[in-house]
Amino acid sequence: MKPGQIGNKKPFEAVVREQGATVLRVCRAVLGVHDADDAWSDTFLAALQAYPTLPAGANVEAWLVTIAHRKCIDHVRAGTRRALPVDQPPEQRSSLGIPGDGYEELLDALTGLPPKQRQSVAYHYLAGLPYNDVAALLGGTAEAARRAGADGVKSLRSALAAHQSLAHTSPKGDI
Amino acid sequence: MTLELSHDHAEVVSLLHPLDAGLEPAIASLHARLARDAQLTHTLDIAYRVVDSPVGKLLLAATDRGIVRIAFELEDHDSVLQLLADTVSPRILQAPARLDDAARELDEYFKGIRTEFDLTLDFRLCRGFRLNVLRHLPRIPYGSTASYAQVAQAAGSPNAVRAVGTACATNPLPLIVPCHRVVKSDGSFGGYLGGSEAKRALLRLEATP
Repeated sequence: MKPGQIGNKKPFEAVVREQGATVLRVCRAVLGVHDADDAWSDTFLAALQAYPTLPAGANVEAWLVTIAHRKCIDHVRAGTRRALPVDQPPEQRSSLGIPGDGYEELLDALTGLPPKQRQSVAYHYLAGLPYNDVAALLGGTAEAARRAGADGVKSLRSALAAHQSLAHTSPKGDI
Repeated sequence: MTLELSHDHAEVVSLLHPLDAGLEPAIASLHARLARDAQLTHTLDIAYRVVDSPVGKLLLAATDRGIVRIAFELEDHDSVLQLLADTVSPRILQAPARLDDAARELDEYFKGIRTEFDLTLDFRLCRGFRLNVLRHLPRIPYGSTASYAQVAQAAGSPNAVRAVGTACATNPLPLIVPCHRVVKSDGSFGGYLGGSEAKRALLRLEATP
């Protein structure tokens, strides 16, 4: 058997290189930029620890998203000011985001979504998990997860459109 | 339906694209943090780094017991790491700190200012007679050579000349365990893991006063 075939596990370094960006996108979408780094670190440290027990041939990406999902929830529970906002969107834009490229606008829009919609969008569209797997993480049916994903995308679009028209009609410094 | 779905998917992905802002530098610093955390929590079984040298890029890998593997570019670093994952542990990260001493000593060796290595080695990749041979090699002094037959004799099995050849050819710790100082009885170089050009270069380096 050649190295790298089924039955052999890749060095963990390869896992970080291949999946690091996806996991960070997911954490950013679910938590916002500030806590995303901590959730990413917790995720990969836990994954490294458990890596030898992961069955060979397992779907590494889905496994990592499962760990990231739990670590993100831990972060939400741990902090009062942390994201996954439940009641209302923040009144002020965060200054933590990297300006430009619509980054802050997108984070604002994500922050306005209910947690399940936000998670469904992240896990399905960013991590590429089928809605069956998303449902397994969030509880409920695949259909419910699909609906949450679709509703989330719809709300994102309208929030971003509102932002744009707002930016268009009242440029900065005008009011 | 499928087409429409995948179109929708791609469109949503591009909607989310701003999340990629500063992603690469973020990943680089998170990777460094992971390497540090893994070291502190003893979850890192093998740390490695790649250094430049006059005989090409060298892969240096260490367990918590010591240097476990040094590999030439010719051996294909990815294959070497995969083999380490299969035989020792897949908990492998590029984590340079554990290899600082090794990198420094090798650098000094290539500059000609170091003739002996003072590093802790992990010989877990070799067993039996091969291990016995490798343990004898550091006794061949810097700047001199020994024949395969002489090494076989020194290792206590004068007839095992071919086995000495195999032990040298599969030395997991070349340079530090100086298998390049073992040459054929007729004085020709014999084979080398890093290529005969590298062996020639090392012997030339050691012959320079």
